[in-house]
Amino acid sequence: MDLSYTPEEEDFRARLREWLAKALPTLPARPSPDDWPARRAYDAGWQRMLYDAGYAGLHWPVDAGGRGATPTQHLIFLEETEKAGAPYVGANFVGLLHAGPTIAAEGTPQQRARWLPPVLRGDEVWCQGFSEPDAGSDLASLRTRAWRDGDAYVVSGSKIWTSHAEVADWCELLVRTDPSAPKHRGITWLAMPMDAPGITVRPLRTLAGSAEFAEVFLDEVRVPVANRVGAENDGWRVTMVTLSFERGTAFVGEVVACRRVLGELARQARRNGRWDDPVLRRRLGRLNAEFRALWRLTQWNVSEAEAGGGVPGVGGSVFKLRYSHARQELYDTAAEVLGADSLDLDRTWVLDRLSSLSYTIAAGTSQIQRNIVAERILGLPKGR
Amino acid sequence: MRFQLTEDQRALRDGVRQLLARRFDADALRVAVASPGPDRALWRELGAAGLFALRLPEAEGGVGLGLPEAVLAFEETGRALLPGPLIATHLAAGTVPGADTGEAVVTAVDGSLVEWLTQADVVRGDASGAVPLRSVDPLTPLHRVGPDTPGAAVAAPDPVAVLLTAAEQLGTATRVCELAVGHARTREQFGQPIGAFQAVKHLCADMLVRAETARAAVYAAAVTADPADVAAARLLADEAAVRGARDCLQVHGGMGFTWEAEVHLHLKRAWVRAQRGGGVTESEESLAVDLVG
Repeated sequence: MDLSYTPEEEDFRARLREWLAKALPTLPARPSPDDWPARRAYDAGWQRMLYDAGYAGLHWPVDAGGRGATPTQHLIFLEETEKAGAPYVGANFVGLLHAGPTIAAEGTPQQRARWLPPVLRGDEVWCQGFSEPDAGSDLASLRTRAWRDGDAYVVSGSKIWTSHAEVADWCELLVRTDPSAPKHRGITWLAMPMDAPGITVRPLRTLAGSAEFAEVFLDEVRVPVANRVGAENDGWRVTMVTLSFERGTAFVGEVVACRRVLGELARQARRNGRWDDPVLRRRLGRLNAEFRALWRLTQWNVSEAEAGGGVPGVGGSVFKLRYSHARQELYDTAAEVLGADSLDLDRTWVLDRLSSLSYTIAAGTSQIQRNIVAERILGLPKGR
Repeated sequence: MRFQLTEDQRALRDGVRQLLARRFDADALRVAVASPGPDRALWRELGAAGLFALRLPEAEGGVGLGLPEAVLAFEETGRALLPGPLIATHLAAGTVPGADTGEAVVTAVDGSLVEWLTQADVVRGDASGAVPLRSVDPLTPLHRVGPDTPGAAVAAPDPVAVLLTAAEQLGTATRVCELAVGHARTREQFGQPIGAFQAVKHLCADMLVRAETARAAVYAAAVTADPADVAAARLLADEAAVRGARDCLQVHGGMGFTWEAEVHLHLKRAWVRAQRGGGVTESEESLAVDLVG
């Protein structure tokens, strides 16, 4: 058991810090949260800076244009960029963390050459068309249909929870190509150009008031067969490669951020007198324990991934279950510190509290995660 | 960064686990419940295996290992429900003659309680006026010492003792999860194993999540020895052990409520350990202060 970093890792950290100190002051002002084209441009600009500095696709394999960094270097990168206040991955999330790694793992050389470099440079934005109104936790029951017509698939159906759909160039899309096969065996993975005729994007307003997601309606959209990654009807397996990335190191920066917020909360409580309440103090103390542990669990999982070859496994479910609850507890505690101000949307942490409500739902609800932990780690039988 | 067990650490953990499986199995546990009192022969065997002298420098006749190894060893004693003032004796090695070899059984006053007072050869701390109480845990005889007033000043707990107790709690958390899963896979109701029902499955999943989160905190505290890390480890390990044992009892249904099933012994020991080291409140308060310090 060792929590120290190697000289190479420390050197990586030092050079990254040095670059961040020079690069971050050159960033333009952050755009308004509701201005999607401006947000895309901002995120693209940051990605281009990372690319030029050699930090783009850090965790991607070298033959996919990435840097082939170790999980520990990736952890350091996410930790240091968060601590420095660097921009979040934003519009490039799906490209860098979902679609890109999937294409890198499953795509043909031509597909990799076409799609991966623009993602790394920040030139092209991807969105994700997986969930449907009737296919949420039971994703494999998705019903968006695709028929072969010559050298194209013709796609009809609807997708939901698609972030950045308004500004995306591509959509990683799951479609049903064989309705008579068992549900996991009739799905195909397609790269759909978002400017194709027949696509309608409708923003979906969340309970936080913002349009972070969209619904995407598909009416006989033609997608070239050449845009299929993996074999026809093999899309479920192709997708699982992606989902295992989603549950890996994706929360490193957020845990760092939560620990900073927790410190700010405690200092705010000191200032406004809430600190005198021992029940609140103990709650803050418990959260300190919680986020210390979550940071250590992150380091544990990253070390395990490093020993096992770099792809995070179902251990990510353990982390996500604990973290999503802890994040909600953090912002509920923030509301207690704020008192009446917790009802004011213009106060710090109030919107964060609202968005924290999605954490036990998105990317696999807590209930689905518990099934995964119970069945795949503990070996309990599937229910009938 | 390699925050994983080394080969040597795995071997040490497996060695302790095998020794305890051989020398303190289910039958031995039943015997101990009927007539508690440290098994002196076993105690000497643990001494010979290096449990008590584990962190003592080799120049002083010890094994010369560190806190991470001690944490792994005490995780195993916790897992096996091994009775006796093991941590107090471990901490006395090098100070109290015979503690390192297991010849001397050493206990220590911890707040207003002292475990194994009558059976121990040496008591550290002031146990004058100690009064026996009818211990909730059949495997931990207890005495009460000093004034029974909440908030009375007590000596600051030794962080190493707190951490090793957390390691024992981690062992319990892991063990009760295994027991619950084992039962849920074999016990059938409504024509299927009860573990196929999500209501049961989710109890088991939560037990594992608590245990694995606590594991990361306990192992990290063993590496850093930082007081805040130790306090965090303690809070999470107490929670994982006590709530895990409760859920394990629930999964066992009526059998879990019997004296015969071993589940209650894990819960009761977890309760005893949760009282050690100054209580949960102080750990929470110290971690709150750490945020603004």
